Amino acid sequence: MESERYIRQTILKDFGLKSQKKLTKARVLVIGVGGLGIPVLQYLNAMGVGTIGLIDNDVVSLNNLHRQVLFSEKDINKTKISVAIKKLKKQNSTSKLIGYKLYLSKKNALSIIEKYDLIVDASDNFPTRYLVNDACVILGKPFVYGALHSFEGYVSVFNHKDGPTYRCLFPNPPKSEEIPNCNEQGVLGVIPGIIGNIQALEVVKVIAGIGSPLSGELLIFNGLEQEYHKFKINSLSKNKKIEELKDTYELECSFDNSSISSDAFKELLNSSTEIQLVDVRTTEEYNDYHLKQATHLPLKSIYLNHNSLDFEKTIYFICQSGVRSLEALRFLKKEQPEATLISINGGLNEFRNYDAKH
Amino acid sequence: MKILLFGIAKDIIGTSSLLLKEAEKNPKTVGELKKLISNKYPKFKTLSSIAIAVNSCYAEDKTKLQSSDEIAIIPPVSGG
Repeated sequence: MESERYIRQTILKDFGLKSQKKLTKARVLVIGVGGLGIPVLQYLNAMGVGTIGLIDNDVVSLNNLHRQVLFSEKDINKTKISVAIKKLKKQNSTSKLIGYKLYLSKKNALSIIEKYDLIVDASDNFPTRYLVNDACVILGKPFVYGALHSFEGYVSVFNHKDGPTYRCLFPNPPKSEEIPNCNEQGVLGVIPGIIGNIQALEVVKVIAGIGSPLSGELLIFNGLEQEYHKFKINSLSKNKKIEELKDTYELECSFDNSSISSDAFKELLNSSTEIQLVDVRTTEEYNDYHLKQATHLPLKSIYLNHNSLDFEKTIYFICQSGVRSLEALRFLKKEQPEATLISINGGLNEFRNYDAKH
Repeated sequence: MKILLFGIAKDIIGTSSLLLKEAEKNPKTVGELKKLISNKYPKFKTLSSIAIAVNSCYAEDKTKLQSSDEIAIIPPVSGG
């Protein structure tokens, strides 16, 4: 039955049974079960990729249906993972489907990605894209990148053999307010279908070793003009030398590169003991309560003397609402331009239920 | 000099391609071109992470330009 199932592609001279066997053995992880992830999953599953992992922590919404064509009205409010697995299982009972009902994070990225041969970045935000890149570089896994903006889509194969990485194209993330996402910008239903299908094709090419995968090239599709543009990207060796994940990926995408959300910082506090945290409020406020990891240096004193700070290490600044910590940061940035200084957004007001020490 | 615009750059400038006329000061490097566009379209300055391609090859700020070159301005996009 199996040889019959795939016969229309195995009779292709440049594909054959040999390539089909490679697909059967392959383990592919699809990050994001949305506009891009769905066409990738449907085609990889139909074509006989043996093991497919899928990651998403979202539920199906009404406004997903115009582009996420695996889902129907009855699926609204159900988890995407459970619906997708059920439907993909019906489509092909022979494939092994592994669902991860979670968001990719610094904590789980390496342990999940290492189980797969090839990764598909079908996510919808910059922090995840940079996390996928760095984790794939660390683990030596190629990944097929796809991203959308209005009527356009970008596709490339990164970290494939000696080819470039996402950071060779865009070394650092933009600030969060610079580039709108699909929710703000809008997306025409069929565009992710086209881009996701191109990603699925690249996955098959890399696994089967056929054709020329889009490694070292960025493909941009313009749906309004039906135009494809290809741009050559050089591989920079420094971007292949990532040894560990960054402390946080949220940070790079927050309001500016020098602030962190209180949630991301809480995660950091829980995972790391050695954090240089400076509380810049007044002595009265500090004595009233403070985070146990915080040392005290009131803003007024910072202007006069900040020798007690270790500028070789990252310094986090906190105040009550996030205003004075930013002031401290702006002042010190001029004095110590090389230092990594980060202000905690929203300040201690965001930590009301956290372990504040009285 | 023809300039192709993608992503948010297209939205900011309001067209998918621009022709820099001979009368305009021809930028000699990619860096100069970025400045020229930023002066004309101040919102462009807010983009901190942009890739530029010259004749379909990724270029750096110091890459030299000729009037016959085709430039592409490629901002990052995140949608999925």
